[in-house]
Amino acid sequence: MFVIWLLVISRTEMDKPETTLDTQMLEVNIGPQHPSTHGVFRMNVTLDGETVVRLKPAMGYLHRNHEKIAEGASYLASMPFTDRLDYICSMTNNLAYAIAVEKLAGIEVPERAQYIRVIMAELTRLVNHTLLVGFLLNDLGAFFTPTLYAFREREKILDLFEATSGARMMCNYMRFGGVKADLHPGFMEKLKEIVENYPRFLDEFEKLLTENEILMSRCQHVGILPKHLAVDASATGPLLRASGVDYDIRKVDGYSIYPRFKFRVPLGSVGDVYDRYYVRILEMRESIKILEQAMKEIPPGEFISKQGATGAKSPRTFRPPKGDAYGRIESPKGELGFYLVSDGTPNPYRYHVRPPSFINLTILEDMCLGCKVADAIIILGSVDIVLGEVDR
Amino acid sequence: MERLDQLFVLLKKIILQFAESFLPAPLLPFLSILVSITAIAIFAPLTMMYLTWLERKVIGRMQNRFGPNRVGIYGLLQPIADGIKMLTKEDVIPLGADRVTHFLAPVAVVVPSLLLFSVLPFGRNMTAVNLDIGLLFFIAVSSIGTLAIFMGGWASRNKFSLLGAMRAFAQMISYEVPLVLSVVTVVMIVGSLSTEKIVEAQSGWGGLRWFVFTPWGFVGFMLFFICSVSEVNRTPFDIPEGESEIVAGFHTEYSGMKFALFYMAEFLGAFAYSAMAATLFLGGWQGPLLPSWLWFGLKTFCLVFTMIWLRGTFPRFRVDQLMSYAWKFLFPMGLSNILAAGIWYHTPFPLSFIFATWILLLSFIGLSRLNPTGTRLERRTYRFAE
Repeated sequence: MFVIWLLVISRTEMDKPETTLDTQMLEVNIGPQHPSTHGVFRMNVTLDGETVVRLKPAMGYLHRNHEKIAEGASYLASMPFTDRLDYICSMTNNLAYAIAVEKLAGIEVPERAQYIRVIMAELTRLVNHTLLVGFLLNDLGAFFTPTLYAFREREKILDLFEATSGARMMCNYMRFGGVKADLHPGFMEKLKEIVENYPRFLDEFEKLLTENEILMSRCQHVGILPKHLAVDASATGPLLRASGVDYDIRKVDGYSIYPRFKFRVPLGSVGDVYDRYYVRILEMRESIKILEQAMKEIPPGEFISKQGATGAKSPRTFRPPKGDAYGRIESPKGELGFYLVSDGTPNPYRYHVRPPSFINLTILEDMCLGCKVADAIIILGSVDIVLGEVDR
Repeated sequence: MERLDQLFVLLKKIILQFAESFLPAPLLPFLSILVSITAIAIFAPLTMMYLTWLERKVIGRMQNRFGPNRVGIYGLLQPIADGIKMLTKEDVIPLGADRVTHFLAPVAVVVPSLLLFSVLPFGRNMTAVNLDIGLLFFIAVSSIGTLAIFMGGWASRNKFSLLGAMRAFAQMISYEVPLVLSVVTVVMIVGSLSTEKIVEAQSGWGGLRWFVFTPWGFVGFMLFFICSVSEVNRTPFDIPEGESEIVAGFHTEYSGMKFALFYMAEFLGAFAYSAMAATLFLGGWQGPLLPSWLWFGLKTFCLVFTMIWLRGTFPRFRVDQLMSYAWKFLFPMGLSNILAAGIWYHTPFPLSFIFATWILLLSFIGLSRLNPTGTRLERRTYRFAE
């Protein structure tokens, strides 16, 4: 009897309107100056208490006219500019641009250069994913410890980049038809050290993070991106693969010499922040496998083709034939593509970048609706954006 | 040994004896109070300064870096350099801020956390004010800080500040409930609210008969410590100032010394709560061999270190998880802990231990099973595409 009475009471209580107070939505500008928008990115967020009901990303604070500048410069002169797109992974940016120009001009790349490029690209993937996981934890509220652990490992790879290309972040290393310089003599030993020690670091990292209860409860079932939505929004990279879509351009397109290597593509099942985190950890482990194979198989020989070497010496004489080409690679953030139209002059007629971070960012609102503010921040962190690339 | 133990008490006595020679007798009690106040007023900011140094140093070591090491050896003068920097910084009051409240908030946040020190038993005979209701005073005064934080957040006229202030209010009120519940057990067993009496009740076994070694004491200690970490807004409960989400929360719009005062309140709170946890459950100044104030300092330091350690390790909770943790887990756990303490008090020894342990174990397992956020967590396996 009592139970029934309780039930009746609770039903009538539930039917009442929640509150008669006059409540307002709170509109907050998160960014452009904010500790965790990863640069000058602004989210115009409408909050109902703590819950996000509307989120409008505002971009363009870092717009540098990248594409138009490239149209006024010779092909090679744009190479250093590509470093500044995604300033964490300059090597892959170089690679994508080099591949696009090589397609346009029909330049062959020697075997050794191909291997060097793959090694550099996979090292860049390690750098990017390690950093991303570190920063994601920062967004989650950890006090810089994971980030600094990540920085420690990144430093070793950056030292390698510096020794090879002369710069730590703005490498400007790839050339059309090869690379700028051969690997320096001690490179292989240092690379071996990194490849051997990296799994140990990842194990340590994972021990700290993967099964941490706070991390699990913060990340699991948060910011779910369903398969169909991810495909519709043309998301690429780890973001797409965390939603369970098997699409890796290294496999699909087989550019450079990737078909020679044995590696697997990790796929998530739920498509939440946790999957995005873990898919990246697994991808790093696969990258290490690629590095191991490339280290064993790298042949001696030329590091840049004849045609490429002359083109690098006098960039104004480098005139690709009329036509257009689209070169794309699987950059650590997703599909990075360069679309070039040549009219036979030393400058490209049209130069277009397909930036993965920008396109992945377009579905931010769909992932964030109904979440808390804190979730919106980590969802943004898990998308993995670099504003240099988003705004160009 | 005895003299070393009573070092500070003797010092005070010497000062008072010296004053007797020229002061009229009615003024002496006032002087006695003044000496205690001065001691606290010097000790508290000094503690705060060196706690910031300690935190930076410890977290630096945890993160493969050195921490401050430029000013003085081991960076020991860094807090002073920071103090000078803070004092000389521009004091910005945002346009449209409620100027009076904006000014009052940092003051109102520091005063209660200084008052907390008055009832802490720093050693044998070393409580500044031996109140009969010392514990109640501690809890009552510590909750004033919440109001000051809301004042700061409201007066700043900044949305991030307001969000932080709202979070702070919700969090601190929720966590005060299990905090008080965990303290109730000690009061039940001791039968007094005086901090001195509570420490004295833990004497015996060569100074190691601490409440933390009983089942209810252990659970009570855990509850108290978790809640106190939350009360002083430290990781993983630092959502009111979660810097990655709401910039700096309630103190976003504070600069210079006002900001430092908020910081000071946080560190003083961390120290005071650690000291209280040591008093209530770790036997206060009780302990073998070493002088009493050293024991007290050591225990407090260990707890403060644990707080710093937590900060260097953990990510942050989310608002709703934080709330459900307080209300769905800590609160019922505190209630069953009271039951366990009651049974402990009324049954003879071996039985009481068994009963109390079982009650606490069962409620712990039951509550962690019922907790909805706990069951959703999953260990995942990933498939690979070739």
